[in-house]
Amino acid sequence: MNDTLKIADKQFSSRLFIGTGKYASNEIMARSIEASQSQMVTVALRRVDIDNENDDMLAAIDREKYLLLPNTSGARDCEEAVRLAKLARAASGINWLKLEVTPDPYYLLPDGTETLKAAEILVKDGFVVLPYINADPILAKKLQDVGTATVMPLASPIGSNQGLKTRASLEIIIEQATVPVVVDAGLGLPSHAAAAMEMGADAVLVNTAIATAEDPIAMGEAFKLAVIAGRQAYLAGKAAEQTKAQASSPLTGFLRNES
Amino acid sequence: MKFQGSDLSDITTIISENQLDCQSGRWDDIIHSAKPADVEKQLDCVPGKYSIERLAVLISPAASNYLEVMARQAHELTTQRFGRTIQLYAPLYLSNHCVNNCLYCGYNTDSDFERTRLSIEEALSDARIIAEEGFRHILLVSGEDPRYVSVDYLVQLAGELRKTFSSISIEIFPMETDQYKALFDAGIDGITLYQETYDRKLYGHYHPAGPKRDYDFRIRTHDRAAKAGMRRLGIGTLLGLCNWRQDTLALGEHAGYLMKKYWRSQVSFSFPRLRPALNVADNFEHLVGDTEMVQMMLALRLCFADAGIVLSTRERAGFRDNLLKLAVTRLSAGSKTNPGGYSGKNDSAQQFQIDDNRTPDQMAGVIKTAGLEAVWKDWDASFAAE
Repeated sequence: MNDTLKIADKQFSSRLFIGTGKYASNEIMARSIEASQSQMVTVALRRVDIDNENDDMLAAIDREKYLLLPNTSGARDCEEAVRLAKLARAASGINWLKLEVTPDPYYLLPDGTETLKAAEILVKDGFVVLPYINADPILAKKLQDVGTATVMPLASPIGSNQGLKTRASLEIIIEQATVPVVVDAGLGLPSHAAAAMEMGADAVLVNTAIATAEDPIAMGEAFKLAVIAGRQAYLAGKAAEQTKAQASSPLTGFLRNES
Repeated sequence: MKFQGSDLSDITTIISENQLDCQSGRWDDIIHSAKPADVEKQLDCVPGKYSIERLAVLISPAASNYLEVMARQAHELTTQRFGRTIQLYAPLYLSNHCVNNCLYCGYNTDSDFERTRLSIEEALSDARIIAEEGFRHILLVSGEDPRYVSVDYLVQLAGELRKTFSSISIEIFPMETDQYKALFDAGIDGITLYQETYDRKLYGHYHPAGPKRDYDFRIRTHDRAAKAGMRRLGIGTLLGLCNWRQDTLALGEHAGYLMKKYWRSQVSFSFPRLRPALNVADNFEHLVGDTEMVQMMLALRLCFADAGIVLSTRERAGFRDNLLKLAVTRLSAGSKTNPGGYSGKNDSAQQFQIDDNRTPDQMAGVIKTAGLEAVWKDWDASFAAE
């Protein structure tokens, strides 16, 4: 079965994106990514010298195997995100961008207004924009209208490992989106990732749950398997839930008991 | 006995409402009335959320029997929020000219020694060495004397430094909002400033003269910096000046206030302990031991999941290594606390003695052995306007 994920002009056989923060070493990071069989790896521009090929973190990511997706983590508003993105592209030539505008340094929740403004500017400027957003269906539509390549709604606050707290809104986004929906942030367990894929998400992004697991490499593989299972379950079409058999019909019994 | 609820109008009101600025009975009674059951109740909550009641229980004598549990929770929370990483930074001491006469400080204006202020060129030569060691985060430090370290001087220096460094912060004297704005526009994105002690009487005692005598101007410094856009706000008290429990409660209130009011800026805690210094007497009533300092650090982490926790080379190597896994997120290494120290200038006076002389490379090795990644760059100069 040919079930590839298409984003902009690229095809992916893996539906698991990986973040690179929080690892105990670049080596463990590289091996975890390898075990996850991801093909898309996001890197915070603040963490790397994007124009330096010998940067420790960049050097640990095999660019033949993984598409490098720079992100604007740390940007407080549209202006900062756009400036960072443009300087990074000028230095690296990479025009794919995970757009993050998170003015609150604690929960790192995305600012929808500033994200939309920045997305519009960056799309017009030729970027392939993958915006990180709250699970807001209307914002998702506005972003796809200005030409973003995906939408990336959060499952719960980033790094919280709380799973699909925004399920009801995610279901609406998945139902309505015309671009791939990547569920990002808050997925703490492989079962959370599987559940997102069963709902019909096109992909998921995971960082903290893998990086801070006791064995990040094994956890990377566990997420790989969960995403495959969830996707396959979605494609298989789930069986209808059975309502419990009713032993009696207290409200309508009279219809049969007459006479 | 209960704490007062606080509004966000002014930090001095918040501190005084609960009598945290004086040696009153109220906070003392509350802290000492905490029972083991109160501690256990707090340790059953999801860690990382602040209330003054929670902090009071966690710094209580009763909680000192629960340090291992607190340490485990603090470690797990720090790992979850910050990952298995430690950010490294280096201080660059610019000047030991100072108009204040803080009784505990080697730069005290009454202290007789030959003062040094680095020229821009000299500062850049120290900075080059710091950069060669791998650092991308630099902290500019100086005594208070605007004749030697002025806004113009800092703007000019920052303009050069930002070509190499990803993040530039300052630990100098309090300034006005428009001065902070000028520094922010020049690429300086964070300030660290300690209130030293929140107790007004002791504050007055330790700062007998000079502009630093103004408690209220100092305590409102982070407000002015945040209004100017500063993204990192470092707070702390100088451990040893005052009852640490009193100052920790005040610190918690200050942090809670800043986080709510200036929600775009990140607050971090430092834990400077009084160190031997030039021409300074060493008879301080409230010196803080290792156990107390650890309890303070753990209690603050368990109240503030996302606050930075900074540890300097004031502390000795073995102690620092043990703290790495508890809650620390940022560490200095290879520090020289005298102006020009990196370029081999040994004749200028240092602010205090450092107690961890390991090189940055050695420190990175220690961090690695602890199962953590040393992070040299976690910011980008291009966040700041050109």
